[in-house]
Amino acid sequence: MSTLHTVNKSPYERNALKSCLDHLSAGDLVLLIEDGVLAARKGGAFAQVLGDVGRSCKIYALNPDLAARGIAVGDLVEGIQTVDYGGFVDLAADATRVCAWL
Amino acid sequence: MSGYQVNGSVVEHDEEGYLTDIGQWSKDIAEVIAKAEQINMTDEHWEVVNFLRDYYEEYQIAPAVRILVKEMTKKYGKEKGDQKALYALFPYGPAKQACKIAGLPKPTGCV
Amino acid sequence: MTDENTKKKFLYLNRKAPFGTIYALESLEVVLIGAAFEQDVSLAFIDDGVFQLMNNQDATAAGMKNFSKIYRALGDYEVRKLYVEKESLDLRGLTVGDLMPVTYEDEDENYEEKPSIRVVDRAEMAKLIAGHDVILSF
Repeated sequence: MSTLHTVNKSPYERNALKSCLDHLSAGDLVLLIEDGVLAARKGGAFAQVLGDVGRSCKIYALNPDLAARGIAVGDLVEGIQTVDYGGFVDLAADATRVCAWL
Repeated sequence: MSGYQVNGSVVEHDEEGYLTDIGQWSKDIAEVIAKAEQINMTDEHWEVVNFLRDYYEEYQIAPAVRILVKEMTKKYGKEKGDQKALYALFPYGPAKQACKIAGLPKPTGCV
Repeated sequence: MTDENTKKKFLYLNRKAPFGTIYALESLEVVLIGAAFEQDVSLAFIDDGVFQLMNNQDATAAGMKNFSKIYRALGDYEVRKLYVEKESLDLRGLTVGDLMPVTYEDEDENYEEKPSIRVVDRAEMAKLIAGHDVILSF
């Protein structure tokens, strides 16, 4: 009975990530895609909050979008897992609903 | 762009016959559009056209057919708010054809 | 006709102000088209989306369509639940009194006009998201 939330905007430019994190239910999943992956790099302003949220909700980042932006998997905030496009589809198919934060 | 000939001037319409500028509508234009649609305007036709114009003025949309039926029933009674009766007046669809005559854009989601 | 077993709960999630982008108008158009499918439809207004419901919008001088009037037709389309987030209003210095009146006629109570707008807090909004089958974001 979980929701997969997708975020595709940079948290440094828009409030999509913040708004998403404000509306999570326990057990929900968050997938960062497109510019949304910019939040996932350790040392960034959102590393702390993602680390905190990661304790009650799983957080994923889309690997092709990380690679395109030169963000190495080793540089991600601890606890964030990466998925490829197939993994994205699996997450969406397994979730009860998908909620996009645009 | 083609247009309707009304009182010696041309009023532009789109490729489906809807007025390009709804501000150009007049009763005379309505008669011309109706003629092009092979409809002879009676009081019953005008009732629907006027209803659509009032609805558009208030809500900025042309209502879908089932909304038109519901609201006509509320306003004029069951006899007027009847889908069959409305299709008898406007064979190609009350919302679509009556909206065209009323000078309104093609209704959203109209089939 | 849709029977109750196949009826799904749709939530339209609106987070953008009305005129800067096309999202708000597009959302409304989808709501109106979708209303023909007789599903259980709710609208949520979060973040700048709350500006969509501001009273007294007049886009005439800006040369744009005054589509704010369409929200008031939603009741005719049996869209009767417009949830507005309190925290989003607060952050923008708004109260429910700044929003346009949107009502529907309750056929079970002699067509009495009832308000469609309901202010909910963030926790309730999270529960609403978790309680719908389909979320459409704009």
